[in-house]
Amino acid sequence: MTIAPPAPPDPAGTASTNGRGGLSPGSLVADEVSAWFSGRLVLESVSLEMPKSLVTALIGPSGCGKSTFLRILNRMHEVVPGAELGGQVLLDGRDIYSADMRATEIRKRIGMVFQKPNPFPAMTIEDNVLSGLRFSGTKVRNKKAVVQEMLERAGLWNEVKNRLRALGGELSGGQQQRLCIARALAVGPEVLLMDEPCSALDPSSTRRIEETIAEIKNDVTVVIVTHNMQQAQRVADQCAFFLAEENRPGHIVEAGTTSQIFENPTDERTADYVHGRFG
Amino acid sequence: MTSTSEGPEGAGSSAPVGGAASGDAPDGWQELPKPRFLTARWTRQDRIYRLLVTSVAVGAFALLFAIGLFLFLKSLPTYKHESFWTFLTTTSFNTTGHQVFGVAAALYWTVVIALIAVVVGVPIALAAALFITEYAPRRLRRALITLIDLLAVVPSVIFGLWGFFVLEPNVTGFAHFLSAHLGFIPIFHTSSTTLAGGASNLEGSAFIAGIVVGLMIVPIVTSIAREIFSLAPIGEREGALALGATKAGVIRAVVWPFGRGGFVGATMLGLGRALGETIAVAIVISLTFQVSPELLKTGANSIAALIAIQFGTGGALKLAALLAAGFVLFCVTLVINLGASVIVNRSRTGASA
Amino acid sequence: MTIAPPLELGRPAPESAPEPRSLSRRRPRGFSKADLSLLVVSGLSAVCFTWFLFYQLTVFSGAAGFVITSILAFLGIYYLANRQLYGRMAAADRVIATLVTLGAVAVAVPLAMIIGFLVERGYHLISWHFLTTDQRGVTQLAPASTGGVSHAIVGTLEQVGLAVVMGAPAGVLTAIFLNEVGKKAGGNPGALPEDASLFARVSARRAQALFLLARAIRVVITAMSAIPSIVAGLFILVVIVLGLGYGLRGLAGSLALAILLLPNICRTTEEVLKVVHGSLREASLALGATEWRTVWSVVLPTARTGVVTAVLLGIARVVGETAPLLLTIGSNSVMNPNPFAGQQESLPVFVYTYRGLSRQADIERAFAAGLVLVGLVLVLFVIARIVGNLRPGSLQQLLRRLHLAPKEALS
Repeated sequence: MTIAPPAPPDPAGTASTNGRGGLSPGSLVADEVSAWFSGRLVLESVSLEMPKSLVTALIGPSGCGKSTFLRILNRMHEVVPGAELGGQVLLDGRDIYSADMRATEIRKRIGMVFQKPNPFPAMTIEDNVLSGLRFSGTKVRNKKAVVQEMLERAGLWNEVKNRLRALGGELSGGQQQRLCIARALAVGPEVLLMDEPCSALDPSSTRRIEETIAEIKNDVTVVIVTHNMQQAQRVADQCAFFLAEENRPGHIVEAGTTSQIFENPTDERTADYVHGRFG
Repeated sequence: MTSTSEGPEGAGSSAPVGGAASGDAPDGWQELPKPRFLTARWTRQDRIYRLLVTSVAVGAFALLFAIGLFLFLKSLPTYKHESFWTFLTTTSFNTTGHQVFGVAAALYWTVVIALIAVVVGVPIALAAALFITEYAPRRLRRALITLIDLLAVVPSVIFGLWGFFVLEPNVTGFAHFLSAHLGFIPIFHTSSTTLAGGASNLEGSAFIAGIVVGLMIVPIVTSIAREIFSLAPIGEREGALALGATKAGVIRAVVWPFGRGGFVGATMLGLGRALGETIAVAIVISLTFQVSPELLKTGANSIAALIAIQFGTGGALKLAALLAAGFVLFCVTLVINLGASVIVNRSRTGASA
Repeated sequence: MTIAPPLELGRPAPESAPEPRSLSRRRPRGFSKADLSLLVVSGLSAVCFTWFLFYQLTVFSGAAGFVITSILAFLGIYYLANRQLYGRMAAADRVIATLVTLGAVAVAVPLAMIIGFLVERGYHLISWHFLTTDQRGVTQLAPASTGGVSHAIVGTLEQVGLAVVMGAPAGVLTAIFLNEVGKKAGGNPGALPEDASLFARVSARRAQALFLLARAIRVVITAMSAIPSIVAGLFILVVIVLGLGYGLRGLAGSLALAILLLPNICRTTEEVLKVVHGSLREASLALGATEWRTVWSVVLPTARTGVVTAVLLGIARVVGETAPLLLTIGSNSVMNPNPFAGQQESLPVFVYTYRGLSRQADIERAFAAGLVLVGLVLVLFVIARIVGNLRPGSLQQLLRRLHLAPKEALS
């Protein structure tokens, strides 16, 4: 068996105080990934490199498979009945779908933040942050420190530091989403996937979350799906433009650095999209 | 549905805006608009339909209410014969001599059997419901749901037959095992496992009846439970999965906290059914009027089974006593069922459904 | 932020046919071959351990004890093995999955046992003769093959039939009242302006009264659905049979069954009607239909399969009821096709009574009758299932094809 048990917590406590004893970003490579839903091909041979410590944005009109692709990256796609996939996804060079990898382990290394904030409403803020660690059975020695650090990184600490016992469901939408980010970071993933995390939020929460992305990207590779092109320009180092045309399932039209995609796109369709001629 | 307005006839008045028609407002102040009250005139067809439907409903209501009332009234003569307290606490049910009827033994064993049924049936129902909603592949899910619905329609007399002819011979060995090795626990203690003639003293016990009734309540609890668990929000489930939770983790963190209230309600409904189960119990047990904690031993009782077994014997006073006992049972079941719906509605399950 | 050198990031998919490798589907399995072998090995070791405990050390004994001990041993061994290999969380997950699966099996197995046992013990008596003869003239010592249950079958059909006739329409109509007529009135009846007309006031009061009435009726229906079946029988016994002196007869049993049937059908039908979306009613009213037409032509047809299923399942439940009949119909060894006079027999009561007799032949008859009863219940169940799976409207098509419904379109 080639699965290592979870890394022991850092005894000296010098490194970041999460379950993995220190964050180290990972690189993701999607190699000719295809997806089906109940026999219908929705993603066709998508290949993309998402290098470590960079923010990759997936942009494109709605319904072209960006979220499906994202869910394939952390093995959430197979949860849907009738969903199938093809191709490979390599995390630091190893295929996450190979027979000896467990989905639960992968999801601890590749975390996800969803479009609609989903904190556990019956748990306190503290318990929410620690819930991911509890799922993996990791013993946390300094709970308060972990909670504080994660909430600080998510930019929520100052607002909730006096009411850590409040229930997760009592926060506002933006606060809930930041709580979800803190919760995901607590597990210590190498990659963080974000599926339109700000689309349901107000502008100031959006701004705060974009700041968080900029702060964490040295420790966690970020892949973000976004509808908002200005947001992509603000946060992303590189972008991939997805498109699904009438007779073709979703695929990548063009991918490159943010400046290249927005100022100097190679494909005409990319140029049309980024200049708002369709969307 | 709001009442449709078929015209302005009979509508309430609406005050004009910007005028001082009512005379209350000082000059220059605008009168706030008042809502119109809308009413409808029914067509003849609708009037007949509504009358018909309403009268049937009222008739059903009156009938059922009368039944409840009548049961109460008809059980009163018993309390003239002896006080309610005596009725509740006497264990014997004598038909001859000084006629004293007490429902204590019957009530005690009714509760004991129902509790055993809950202990046996509810874990099975929980496991089956979780299996259906969380673990089963789609085709197996449908098959299992059909199986459970089938179990729900099997008549109780058949369950009684099975319990008497199949379960009992096989379980007495296990009961023997329990009383031999775990006899230090009072409920498992049996003073004598065989009677003088060599017959087993472990047959016809509350234990066996409880197992049979427990199986009978599994379908009810399972169907309600699986409906409830399937309502657990997908967003939370996915959130837990994305954090690396196993299936068990998702159940613990999302499904169970969500479905807890509803499951308790379902359990109570199962308990209500177990209290009222008549024929299966009547077939399996051997009737006794002694109260003891030894539930592995021969001898049990239940109000419903008592009525079924003894309704033909004894005189009018006994029949009235049986009726009074039945009314007590009815009240207990009623309270439990009402409690169940309150608990479900107050819990998070009810809030979302 | 650092700008990476131009990367070979995304290759647009080729215009021609894509390479087969990416389009071959993968099936991520949660349960691999290694897991399966772990399961099997744990099971075998548990059985060996238990065998050792029982037969070599003879600490415990008994078949049931063996099974239970080996299950417990298996759970323990499986947990420890998983924990060693995969860690605590995975082990707990596997054990819980096993427990849950065991529970599901525990539901399926008794059902199979029950049906199996009935078939095994009663099948040999089932014959045309058995189904068409009654117990007339069958003496104590006659063999099991004489006599039959025709009188019980007829009794059951008649008693249940009468109960359905009395209880089902009333239950459905009451559900219609609760869901369609007794609804909360629109507008705010409490805010009647002072100069509202008399008609307006009366209408408001009436709507309010109907709503409160519906609430009261719902409470009573819920209460009466909790009535134990024996108490319903006892009621009929005391009031109709003895009190009014009608005596034991099939009709008395039907009345007791109707008391059980009405609340059941009313509640399940109400649930079905609730599912019909309000927008359908709105659309109908917007077209100018009366409430009656809305209910008859829109709500009921949409809910029709659900209502029929609810009635059928209620009937299936009532067919198996023994207790109320035990008290009210008496018993009869010969055929009495008249439920309005004289005592009748019925299948569940037959089973109950004959099981309690001491002759082996009678007990065999009880098993066979039980098999007939289960067969009847199964038929009803299957019909209810088939009807329940039909889409709205297709029930009418089915009936039309069977020449049971008029050919003209629903109007």
